[in-house]
Amino acid sequence: MSLWSTIGLALRALRRNPTRALLTTLGIVIGISAVITMMEIGKGSSTSIRRSIESMGANTLVVMPGTPRVPGGARQEAGSAMSLTPEDCEAVIRECPSVAYATPILSSSGKQFVFGGVNWTPRQIVGASLDYFNIREWKLADGRLFTAAELEEGARVCVVGQTIVNEVFDGGSPVDCTVRIKNVSFKIIGVLTKKGSNMMGMDEDDVVVMPWTTMRSRITGLKSGTAANTTSTASTLPSALYPATGVAFYPEQAENLADDTLLVPKFTQIDQIMVGAASPEKVSSASEELTSLLRYRHGLGPDKEDDFWVRNSAEFMNTLSSTTTMMGNLLLVVALISLIVGGVGIMNIMLVSVTERTREIGLRMAVGARPRDILKQFLVESIMLCLVGGLVGILLGHGAALLVNSLLNWPIESSPAVVAAAFLVSAGVGVVFGFYPAWKAAQLDPIEALRYE
Amino acid sequence: MSLIELRDITKTYFLGEIDVPVLKGISFSVERGEYVALMGESGSGKSTLMNILGCLDRPTTGEYWLDGQEVGSISGDARAMVRNRKIGFVFQSFNLLSRTTALDNVIMPLSYTAGKLSHAGRVERGAAMLKRVGLEDRMRHLPSQLSGGQQQRVAIARALVNHPPVLFADEPTGNLDSRTSRDIMEMFSKLNGEGITIILVTHSGEIASCAKRTVVMRDGLVVGGEEHRQ
Repeated sequence: MSLWSTIGLALRALRRNPTRALLTTLGIVIGISAVITMMEIGKGSSTSIRRSIESMGANTLVVMPGTPRVPGGARQEAGSAMSLTPEDCEAVIRECPSVAYATPILSSSGKQFVFGGVNWTPRQIVGASLDYFNIREWKLADGRLFTAAELEEGARVCVVGQTIVNEVFDGGSPVDCTVRIKNVSFKIIGVLTKKGSNMMGMDEDDVVVMPWTTMRSRITGLKSGTAANTTSTASTLPSALYPATGVAFYPEQAENLADDTLLVPKFTQIDQIMVGAASPEKVSSASEELTSLLRYRHGLGPDKEDDFWVRNSAEFMNTLSSTTTMMGNLLLVVALISLIVGGVGIMNIMLVSVTERTREIGLRMAVGARPRDILKQFLVESIMLCLVGGLVGILLGHGAALLVNSLLNWPIESSPAVVAAAFLVSAGVGVVFGFYPAWKAAQLDPIEALRYE
Repeated sequence: MSLIELRDITKTYFLGEIDVPVLKGISFSVERGEYVALMGESGSGKSTLMNILGCLDRPTTGEYWLDGQEVGSISGDARAMVRNRKIGFVFQSFNLLSRTTALDNVIMPLSYTAGKLSHAGRVERGAAMLKRVGLEDRMRHLPSQLSGGQQQRVAIARALVNHPPVLFADEPTGNLDSRTSRDIMEMFSKLNGEGITIILVTHSGEIASCAKRTVVMRDGLVVGGEEHRQ
């Protein structure tokens, strides 16, 4: 008997009792639709997490200073070692082939931003080079970025985010306005496009970006750090780097300090180096290159620990997505259990069907059906039953996901692979739970079956 | 060689401790084109013999030659093929598939035939068979829309659809009234006249008298035979 005629036979047998077929396959419908809904919502949320990380820059790596290890001293907070210099950043651009961009980062918060009668405290004030905008893929909405010359001379210019435009300037254009930050006047030269909140819920647009040289000399002043090593090639020409007056370059010197200390304060440390890899695939090679370059520059021997940290967004992504993955797997298990329950329902009804149609089976055998033909007939019937259920379940599940999307605004994402898998799983349920009834049918004795009332 | 040749067929059912011998050594043969009535009281073993003849059951001992092939000891699948190609069955209770049209009932055995026949080819052959039994205007009817005699004629058409050399009928008129019974018996006579070998199981002497030969069974043995002159 050909497969097509067997399928036709099975469909006709199911059409004979549509209500029963529908109720029987309800378990499969519910199971499959649950799987589809879960998968679409799960995929949607993990995609949106990935997107928000990518909006931070999927290629982004951040080099942070490590914890200083002063012999005999208490461990201090991470980043307090002040081991990174602008020259490190230049070397990174120069010598790491996987790195496309790198910028020194200085950041500060809690500084008041004054314009006219409005006082505003931006979430963050960032000092960076022009590469910052490339790494963050951040475009200008208005005005211009600072120039290389302004960066070089530490000009008092800044660009601002949308939140500041809305809060301080009531949505009007702030370009060419003069504002005061920490009692220093700055000219706003540009406005950045809207970025929204990051995945921690912080407002990315509540930001002021200025040349890092300006930031260093005008805002943060000198952070006193402890040199983790003395081999730094940091430029110590203060007049070139710190045109501002009134900043203490050296701690007040005790009379005997110069004699008995080897810890030389360094002036040009930066808070972070933000690095953009050439492509997302090159993030890990960039990370390795950075590590070995900085170890070399900091003169760290093989027995020394790194005095810096390299963080990349992949780590972050893994941490965040592992939670969603686990939840998704749990829900999948629940859905699979409901599929098993549905399968038992299929088996039950197929057994009833075999009993009901004993005479038909006997007749078919009497006119020449082999046991395997009978097996095939009932197996195909249960597979068709499950496939119909699977199909309805796929549609229903997709509909439910769309409903969740429109009512709760949860992100969803459908994938053909999941749909295909659901289809195969429902066929698999049909095979697994239809086999025993079909086998029982095939084992019937035609004489007994024909006599069955 | 005869179309059917039975050599010392026995059949014993083993029910737990007790052996129940039902057939105790049956030998007879049927030539091509014969019309044989198998008679006997209930319990005489004629149904068991019919099951063996119809390749639904196999004998405990003995040989059964059908159309030049020993079919008493072949495998289940091979017997299914013999049933499909060489044997037509007509049952007392028609055994038509309900909610299936007369035509689809008739062509159902063709789907188990190994040789490939297109759907159109099957329909054509089924329609020809229904025409042969006089039901060409009832092809799309369901069994429930047909009278008992018409249903039995559909069953006969189904039995003949694969052009088997032999037709077995087990009490074919048992569920029919006397007038319809006569129609069916006339149909058997007509088919026999067209060259089909027919073996009929009945307990009615009137029905048996339509056949050309009667074989009488009692207690698992053939006890007599009789040629009829038509």
